[in-house]
Parts: sequence; C-alpha cells; structure tokens
Amino acid sequence: MAEPLLHVDNVSKRFGGLLAVDKASFTAEAGRITALIGPNGAGKTTLFSIVSGFAAPTEGRIRYQGADITGQPPHKLARQGIARTFQITQPFAGLTVRENIAVGSHLFRPRRIDALAAARAVAEAVDLGDALDQPAISLTVAGRKRLELARALAIEPRLLLLDEVLAGLNPSEVRDMMPVIRAIANRGVTVVMIEHIMQAVMSLAEQVFVLSEGRIIAQGTPHDIAADPRVIEAYLGHGAAQRMTAGAAHG
Amino acid sequence: MKGVSPILVVIALLALVPIVTTSPVVLNFLVTTLMIALVGQGWNLLGGYGGQYSFGHAAFFGTGAYATAILQLRYGVNAWLGFAAAIAAGALVGAIIGAMSFRAGLKGSYFALVTLAFAEVLRIVASVAPVTGAGVGLLIKLDLRPEAFQFQSRLPFYFIALALVAASLIVVRLIEDSRFGAYLVAVRENEEAAKALGVNVVVVKFTAMSVSAAITAAGGGFYAQYFLFVDSGIAYGPWISIEALLAPIIGGAGTVFGPLLGALVVKVLGEIAKLLTGDAPGLDLIIYGGVLILVVAFAPRGIAGLIVSVRGVFQKARDTAALERSRG
Amino acid sequence: MLSPVILVPALLNGLMTGAIYALVALGLTLIYGVLHIINFAHGALLTAAMFAAFFAHKLFGLDPYVAAAGLTPLFFFIGYGLQRYVIGPAAHGEDRNILLVTLGLAVVIENTLLYAFRADTRTINLPYAFEVVEFGNAFLAKPRVIAFGTMVGVALVLWLLMRFTDTGKAIRAVAKEKLGAELSGIDVAHIYAVTFGIGTACLAIAACLLLPTYYVNPHAGNAFVLVAFTVVVLGGMGSVMGALLGGLFVGVVESLSGLYLGESLGQIGIFVMFILVLLLRPSGMFGERA
Repeated sequence: MAEPLLHVDNVSKRFGGLLAVDKASFTAEAGRITALIGPNGAGKTTLFSIVSGFAAPTEGRIRYQGADITGQPPHKLARQGIARTFQITQPFAGLTVRENIAVGSHLFRPRRIDALAAARAVAEAVDLGDALDQPAISLTVAGRKRLELARALAIEPRLLLLDEVLAGLNPSEVRDMMPVIRAIANRGVTVVMIEHIMQAVMSLAEQVFVLSEGRIIAQGTPHDIAADPRVIEAYLGHGAAQRMTAGAAHG
Repeated sequence: MKGVSPILVVIALLALVPIVTTSPVVLNFLVTTLMIALVGQGWNLLGGYGGQYSFGHAAFFGTGAYATAILQLRYGVNAWLGFAAAIAAGALVGAIIGAMSFRAGLKGSYFALVTLAFAEVLRIVASVAPVTGAGVGLLIKLDLRPEAFQFQSRLPFYFIALALVAASLIVVRLIEDSRFGAYLVAVRENEEAAKALGVNVVVVKFTAMSVSAAITAAGGGFYAQYFLFVDSGIAYGPWISIEALLAPIIGGAGTVFGPLLGALVVKVLGEIAKLLTGDAPGLDLIIYGGVLILVVAFAPRGIAGLIVSVRGVFQKARDTAALERSRG
Repeated sequence: MLSPVILVPALLNGLMTGAIYALVALGLTLIYGVLHIINFAHGALLTAAMFAAFFAHKLFGLDPYVAAAGLTPLFFFIGYGLQRYVIGPAAHGEDRNILLVTLGLAVVIENTLLYAFRADTRTINLPYAFEVVEFGNAFLAKPRVIAFGTMVGVALVLWLLMRFTDTGKAIRAVAKEKLGAELSGIDVAHIYAVTFGIGTACLAIAACLLLPTYYVNPHAGNAFVLVAFTVVVLGGMGSVMGALLGGLFVGVVESLSGLYLGESLGQIGIFVMFILVLLLRPSGMFGERA
C-alpha cells in the first residue's frame, strides 16, 4: 500500500496548561475523503491549524507527500498544495466574490486577466457563477460557505481541509453541497473534512477518525464508527452505549 | 476606473491650467497641493490599499528632503542625481522600518505607534546632528538654472510636480491591476485568509512600505528644491505625517485619485486657516484634526466613496424608473 | 559609586517619578484593557490637564493638590463625553477608524492649546515645592513624596472600585467578554465611557501632582505619555499591576541611569527603548499577545 498523502504522527498541542491535542495520529489516503469527527472542543480545528501551518505542534510531526512539513508557515504549505477552509468564514469583506476567488487563483497565475478568468471557472464549479460581482458580505451563509470552498479550490490543492463546511446550512443546502464535495474528490483531490452532520459523514467519507478530548479514540469506516460504543460515549456521555443496548434489548 | 486613460485625461486638464492663469499665487497653491498629493499617494499605497496605517510618514518625507540637500551641500552632487538619491534613500528607510516592524508582527495600533516613534527619533536626531544643520537647518544654495533643479519661475516646478503626481497615479493604477495589488488588498481585508491562499504577508507589507516610502520621499526631495530650506521640524515633523494621511482619507483611501482630491481639500482648508489667523501656529492643524474626525465619522470612504454612493443612488433611481416603465 | 548614600536617594526619587508614570500608564492600560484601543489622545489630554491645573493656580490661586479635587471629576466627565459622544460614534466600531479618531483628537487638543497659549513654557512657584522630607539619610522633595502616596491611594481606590462596586464589576465583565456582558444587560457604551473617564481622571491627578515640580507647554504631556506607553507595553497591555509596577520600575531605571550616564540620554533613549520594546515584546510580561 502506498504511503498516505497526509500522515499526522503523534501530534500534541499544549496551550499553557491546556493539552488541546494529545498524541493524535491520523492519515489521509490520496484521492479519498477522510472525516475527522468528535464532540465540540475535541481539538479538531486545532489539528487543522497545525496541518495547515497556522500553529506548530508541541510534539509530533506532519508528513505530506512523503516529506516532513512540520512547522512550515501557511503560505508555503498553500504553495505545496494544502488548502483549508475556516470554520467561521473569512471572506475578504470589501471585495466581490470574483475578486475573493481571484486571490487564490493568482497563486499560479501572475496575470490579473488569467486569475479573474480562472476565478469565474471555479465559481461556476461551486454554483456561485451568478454572484460573481456581488460584494462578498452580501452573500447568505450558504453562499459564504461556497465562497470559502471556492477560494480554497482556486489554489488548485492536492489536499483540501474542510472545517465544518456544512455547518449552518439547512437540509436542502446540505444536500446540494454534498455532490460538490464528492466531485472534488473524484477529480483526485484528497479531502479531509471536520463535520458534525452525520448524514454527510456517512455518505461521503471512506475513512473516519474520532477525536475526543484531544485523543483519537476510534478509526474505521463510517459503518464501524457508528456502532463503536466508545464513539457513542464520547458524544452522549458515560454509560450511554450501555443504556442504548439495554434500551434495544427491552424495545 | 479601468485603465490609465482617466489619469491621462486629468493630468492633461491640469496641464492646461497655465493657459488660463500664470499667477504665482495660484501656481504656488497648485504646486504645494500636488506635493501633498504625491506624499499622500505614498501613504495611500501602504494605508489605503494595504490597510497598514502609518502615523510617521514624515520619516520618508524628511529623509528625501535631507538626502538631496545634504548631497548637494556637502558633496556637490548634481541636484537631479540628488533627487534620485532622495527617492532611493526614502525607499531604504522604508525597507528598514518595514522589515523590523513586519517581521516583529506589528499591526494596527502597534504599527502606528512604532512608525510615530521612528519619525520622532529621526526628528530629534536631525535637530541635533551637525550634518542636518542641527537647530538651524539646511539652506540649499540659490542657483536658478534648470541643471540645478531650480527655476526662475514657478511654471517648470508646476509641470515637474504634475509629472511626478502623474507617475505616482500610474504606478498605483498598475499595482491595482496586478497580482501584488490583489495580494495587498487581501492582506488589508483578512491576513489569515490571505496566508491560507499562499500570500506571503510579511513580504507583501514590506514591499508596499518600500514603494510607499519611495513615493513619499520623492515629495520630500521636491520640497527641498522648491523651498530650498529644510529643518528637522519641516522634514520630520508631525505636520507632514498628518497631511500624508489626511489627504488620502479625505479623498478616499484605497483609490487612485483619492490623495489628489484630498490634497486639494487639505490645502484649501489650510488657506482658510491662514486667512482667519494669519500665521498663528496651530489653527491649521486644529482644522485638520477636526476634519479627520468628521470624515471618519460621516464619510469613511472619503470623497471618492461619496461619489460612488451618489452614483449608486442615481442608478437605483434609473433602475426604478425603468421598472415602472416596463410595468406601465 | 555604589554607596548606599547615593544609591538609596536615587532609588527613592526614581520611585517617586515612577509614581507619575504609573498613574499615566494606569489610565492607558485601563482604556486598553476594557475598550481594546490604544488611546493616541492620552498625551494631549495630560497636557490639557496640566494647563488646567496651571490656570487653576494662576487665576484662582488654587494649590494644585486642592485643584485636583475639582479637576479630577471635571476630567472624568471630559473623558466620558469624549468616548461616549465622539470616539464611540465616529469610529463605528472599526479598529482602523478608532486609530484615526484618537489621532484626530490628539491633534485638535494639542494644537488648540498651542493656538490659545502659544509655545511658551510656564511654571508655577509654590512655597513648599522645595521643602524636603527626611527619610533615613535621604532628603526627598515633598511634592514627590506626596505624588507617591497619592499613587498608592489611587491604586487602592481603583482596586476597591473594581472589586466591590457594581460599576467596577461591570467594567471587569466588559473587559473579559463584551458580548456576554451586553447580553446580560450591561450598557457597554456607558461602561466604555466610564472607563475612558477614569483613565482621563488619572491624568488630571497626575497633572496636579506634576505641576509643583515640572513645567507646562503644549508638548509637555507627550514625554510622559511616551514613557507610559513603554511602561504599558512592557508591563502588558491591559494589566493594571503591570502598569503600576512597570511605572515604578521605569522611574527607578531612569533615575539610576541618570546617576551613571548623566542626563544626556535624553528623549532619544526613551524613544529607542519604546521601539525596542514594541519590536521585541509586544505582549509584555503580564498581558495578552498583541
């Protein structure tokens, strides 16, 4: 089996007295969709920040494409093909949708004309083609999430880190977004997604890692994870798994 | 505003002014206005487009002024070469301050503070150092020949100032339409998001600061040739730091013509102040400070922003009228 | 040179100058800690307070320590009004605008003083300005001893205010978590204004303490505020303890270095120290990261 595109190896992150991430390891296979799930505050976004260069791990290494990228700054990692979206969308507020995406397109296109044209193409791929000349701040939540995605895609990444890109969307918006993500993976982009919406995780992810209190407590296919009592406990509390099986026995 | 043509039109119109009048008073007013427009355009690149507000642009203005004065007085360097050196010196100082500040991660108020401090250090040093004439200042020797960048009448100065402003407008316009410009504006809007898209924020800020400093230093070098006198208060004083930011803020920060529009307003206000009080120190700055607060409070996008808003209102009215017509 | 006979008085004098720095820094750090703005108008406001104290003496014969009783509330209201009706509304909450507005205020205030009173330096003469207090084998200028005592008093009063009054608790709430405080019904605009007012009131007190031994001109406040800025950045933006200890520390350093290096260090030294502190430690020792 080939080496995974991304290998997070025993990473820990300490903030003063708080150990946010505790010897967490996970991998992402090239071209696959991997999900990182877990209750709020488990450390998922912290891990994303570390992988994308916004934070340095207190311990552990990150391997990407076979090389150690630990500690490199975000802009360098972007050039090497790692893109991320932010949990709370971070649009360039004073710019239009097109101009927002163009900033990403410029990475491999020095000329303004080329970047703007490429931005249009990316916008259409995520169904933002109609909003190109609107100010980014005038977008709805769903629009902003698409913009966040579009900008990340504009830098033509090999590894795409999606941080709760479905959060805040209503069910039909979620249904619309899912094929977009599937299409991205089909084009060969490796996707790692942090997600709370289980429907999406179940149908999109091929590999799931569960993070709780900074530690990886389970990994496997979505099916394995759903049945894993440790996962149930992490989300629903101590004894929940037992109560559920007891309930099933009675019902 | 697409393309360079609006700039050429405006410059051409301004170039025709001497046909209407060659009054020294009017020309002097216009020359000093253009000088502030130049200095302000420098600030505008770093502050308006880049979002990094410097409160010490005097550091570059003064360096430009002193550089050319010292080179001419002490080393007999040709005035035009001195002017070129002034721009280079300004860029160098900008690069040094920028490198130190941005690598230390200073932004917002901290950046404003440190630029203020640098300007003040330079002012104090210039007020005591012999090379800058200490408390007395430097007088460039009168030599009214074009080779010495001095002229009998104000008219050549006017055209040179106009050319310099034109150059600064074109430079900013070209930047606006380039990758560097897109990155600069992205840094202003959201640094973290920019980083995630591959923008090297420190390098972008540093580059903007160096170019900004060069443009402002050109204004300083020109000042030295026009007035032939420089001292520490003129070169590095708060007055020029304030005018450098006031012009673009009034006219519209982050727009090509903002500094020019704003410089006009600033100079007009200055003349009003002089009319009211003669030469009493302080009144013009009081007015500037008050106007700054008013502009931020009521027209944060400056005159250019107001024009856009008014256009928007008219456009809406036209659209509504068209809608009515199509219904009726 | 290291003899205690010389060292101790220098130390004590440094503590007393430091008390003034601490008072000025206190206002600055309070404003930053709660409003999260760097008050560029602080220096100009101090100068204005010094002029006010000066004229209180010149026109009404009021001793500065007596004038403080009236000037402190006056400047509290001035600060309150400035934040509530000028800075707050004008800035629309944007950081960049706040920068410009406080700069604008500084320029307006300082130049109004310049325009009204010209650039001349003035001093007042008080009969007891040169009286000394004996402390061990050190002779300390009376006004400076009073300054130190006052600083301690002010610090105490503020501590009591913050801990035990509703307003103080509201201030601490807003400083920690503005949105939460707002949702609990606290009038944030009012609290911001109160905090700004307290900061300005500290300036009035500092001005009255300075007047007996210092001079007044339209730029006088700047020197102190620059040191205060350095103190606040060094001690940590928003940390009251940092401001107090930092002010005293800088006062002592200034005094001791004056001993060994003479007065020629001058203003350049202060600015250079300020720049270095900004470049090297913008979070200070007690406070939050820049």
